[in-house]
Amino acid sequence: MADIYHDQKILRDRVLPADLILNHSCYRPAMRRLDPPHGTYVHICGTDIVRDQNGTLLVLEDNARTPSGVSYVIENRNLMQRAFPDLLKGIALRPVENYGLMLAAALAEVAPAACETPCIVLLSPGIYNSAYFEHVFLAREMGVPLVEGRDLFEADDHVYMRTTGGPSRVDVIYRRIDDDFLDPEAFRPDSMLGVPGIMRACRAGNLTLANAVGTGIADDKAVYAYMPRIIRYYLDQEPILSNVETSICREPAALRYTLDHLASLVVKPVGEAGGYGITIGPLASRQELEECRAKLLADPANYISQPCIMLSVAPTLVDGGVAPRHVDLRPFAVTGKETRVLPGGLTRVALREGSLIVNSSQGGGSKDTWVLE
Amino acid sequence: MSEPLLARYADCIFWLARYVERAENLARILDVNEIFARDSRGGQDWLPIVQLHSDSKRFFAGHAAASAEAVLRFYVTDVDNPGSILNTVRSAHENARTLRPLISTEMWVQLNVFYNEMRALRPADLAPERLPRLFATIKEACQTHTGITEGTFYRDQGWYFYQIGRYLERADQTTRLLDMKYHLLLPSPADVGSPIDASQWNALLRSAAGYHAYRRLHSTNITPARVAGFLLLNLSFPRSVVLCVREIDAMLRELKSRHALRRGNAAAEELDRLRAVLGTLSIEEIVREGLHEFLDLVQSQLIAITTDLSTAFFGKAPALADASEPQ
Repeated sequence: MADIYHDQKILRDRVLPADLILNHSCYRPAMRRLDPPHGTYVHICGTDIVRDQNGTLLVLEDNARTPSGVSYVIENRNLMQRAFPDLLKGIALRPVENYGLMLAAALAEVAPAACETPCIVLLSPGIYNSAYFEHVFLAREMGVPLVEGRDLFEADDHVYMRTTGGPSRVDVIYRRIDDDFLDPEAFRPDSMLGVPGIMRACRAGNLTLANAVGTGIADDKAVYAYMPRIIRYYLDQEPILSNVETSICREPAALRYTLDHLASLVVKPVGEAGGYGITIGPLASRQELEECRAKLLADPANYISQPCIMLSVAPTLVDGGVAPRHVDLRPFAVTGKETRVLPGGLTRVALREGSLIVNSSQGGGSKDTWVLE
Repeated sequence: MSEPLLARYADCIFWLARYVERAENLARILDVNEIFARDSRGGQDWLPIVQLHSDSKRFFAGHAAASAEAVLRFYVTDVDNPGSILNTVRSAHENARTLRPLISTEMWVQLNVFYNEMRALRPADLAPERLPRLFATIKEACQTHTGITEGTFYRDQGWYFYQIGRYLERADQTTRLLDMKYHLLLPSPADVGSPIDASQWNALLRSAAGYHAYRRLHSTNITPARVAGFLLLNLSFPRSVVLCVREIDAMLRELKSRHALRRGNAAAEELDRLRAVLGTLSIEEIVREGLHEFLDLVQSQLIAITTDLSTAFFGKAPALADASEPQ
C-alpha cells in the first residue's frame, strides 16, 4: 500500500499492471505521498479463509476496507457461554471479549504524534445502516463516542466534534463509512454522511483515519489474483496461505479458459461485495450460465473466475436436526504499531442445504469459533 | 473538565426523558378520566382531554364527536396523532436507539420491549374493561424505565440533561392540566374559592398523582385555590411546578460547575426569574391576578428554557463557536 501511494515500484517493475491499479475506482490520488502513522493503512483486516476438498486452507478474499462481523464473534461466544455453560468446562479457550481493548489500543498507537491522550471516535452512517448494531457494539466496547458526519466539522485542518461544551478535537476516526461518502470535498460531493475537509485534516497530519482511504485497491478480486506475486515481490517469500487459483478475465487466455469451462467454475464480479453477482457453475441453470457468458463477453475486465471450491462443512442445527452445512472463516487482524490477531474468528455458515454463499446479507448464519491455548 | 458529550446525544437524552414522562402523564390523565371523571348524571366528558392537549383541530378533522372510544383511540394507538402514547413511546424508542452507545443495555432492552408491546395493541385492548389494566401497564413501564435509569445510568453530563428533560416535561404537564381543569371546573370567575363538586377536584389531583399527598396536607376541605396552590407551589410534591423548576435549576448548576459547561446562561437567567416568581407570590395573589395569565407566563418561560438549552447545548441554532462552519 505504501509503495502504491508513494513510489509505485511494483507498477514500474510490471509485477502488477499499472492500469489495474491507477484506473481502479478505489485508487485515491488524494492519498499520494501521505504518510499514515507507523505506515499502517489497514488497521482492521478481515481475511476470508476456506478449507478445500483436500483439507488445505486457502485465502478466498481479503477485506481491507471496512470489514464487518467482529461483533458476532463476541456475541456468539457470549451466547454459547450462556446456553452451554457445561460445554466449556475444563477447556482452555482463548478469550475474544477483549477485542474492544485491542482495537482501542491499536487506534491510540496510530494517533497523530502530537496528541497525548488521543480522542478516538467511531464514525457511523447512523441508525438506519444495517451494521448499526455493530457500530454501537464496538463504540461501547471501546468506550468511545459513536458519531455521525453531522457531529463533526473541520476547521484549520483539524476535525472537531460538536459537544455540549463546544467544539472538541478528534484525533482518530474509526470510520465505518466508505471512502466515497467520507468527504464531499474530496470525493462524492453529494454525500450527506461525510465531513467536508476530513481529507485535508488527514493530509495535514492532524487526523488518522482507520482504515486509511484508498485501501480498496488491496481487497479487489482482480488484485487478489496477483497476491502471491505481490508477496514474493515485497517479501521474497512464498505465501503461507495459498490463494484459490484465479483466472483474470481481463487476460484473453483466461477469458477463453473461463468461457470454455463455465459450468465448472465460479465467476465473480471484481467490484462487488456481499456475495452479489456470483455465478456458481456447477449449481447454475443453463439459462443462468448463458446470462453469465453474455456478461463476461460484454465486460471481461469486470470478472474473475475460480475453480469451484467445495467449502468444508460443519455440523449445524437446522429444522430437521443437525446437518452438514458449508462454512468459511474470517479472522480479524488489528494493526497499530504492530499487528495483533484476535484468537477467534467469524465462522460464517450457508444455512441453505448445498449453498456455498455464506454472506449474512444472503441468509448466512454464524458460529462461535474456538482457539485453544 | 469531564468527558465531552456530543451535542446530539444531549438533545436525544433530553427528549428521551421528556417523551417517557409525557407518555406516563398521558396515561394518568386518560386513566383518571376513565375512572373518576363522571359527572353527577354518570356521563363522561372526553372533550377536555382534547382541549388539554390543544388538539381540537386535528381531532375533529378525523372525528365527528369526542366519544370515549374515539378519544381513547386517538390518544393511545392512533399512528396519525403525533401525541398518541404509541407515537410518544416510538419517539422515546427512536431516541434510545440513537443513544445505544450511551445508555445502559438494560434501559434499551426495557424500552424496546415496551415499544413492541405498544405496537402490538389491538382495538380490542381498548375495550372499557381492559383499560385500567392497560393504563397501569403503561404507567408501570414508564416508571420501570425511570427506575432502571436511576439504577444503571452513569452520572455524567447525560444524566443531568436527562433529568432536566424529565422535570421540564413534568412542569409543563402540570401547568397544562391545572390551566385546563381549573377554568373548566369553575362555574364562573366569581366562584373562585367557593366549594364545588369535590369529585372533579379529586380527579384533577389523581391525574397528577397528588390526591393522597393533598389529603395529608389539607384533610378537611378541598378548594380550587388550595388545589392550585398545591400543584404549583408545594415544595414536597414531586409533580409541583416549583419543585420541578428547582430541580432543573440544580441540574443546570451542576452541569455548569461540575462539568464546566460555560454555555447555558440564558437558560439559567430564565430559571432564576421563574424561581423568583414561584417563590414570592402566594396562591391567593396568583389567583387574584389571574391564574390563567400566570400559567401562561410559566409555560412560555418553560418553552424559552427549552429553546435556550437547544441553542446552548444541542447545537440546534447557529452556536457561536461554529457559526462560520459549513453545516
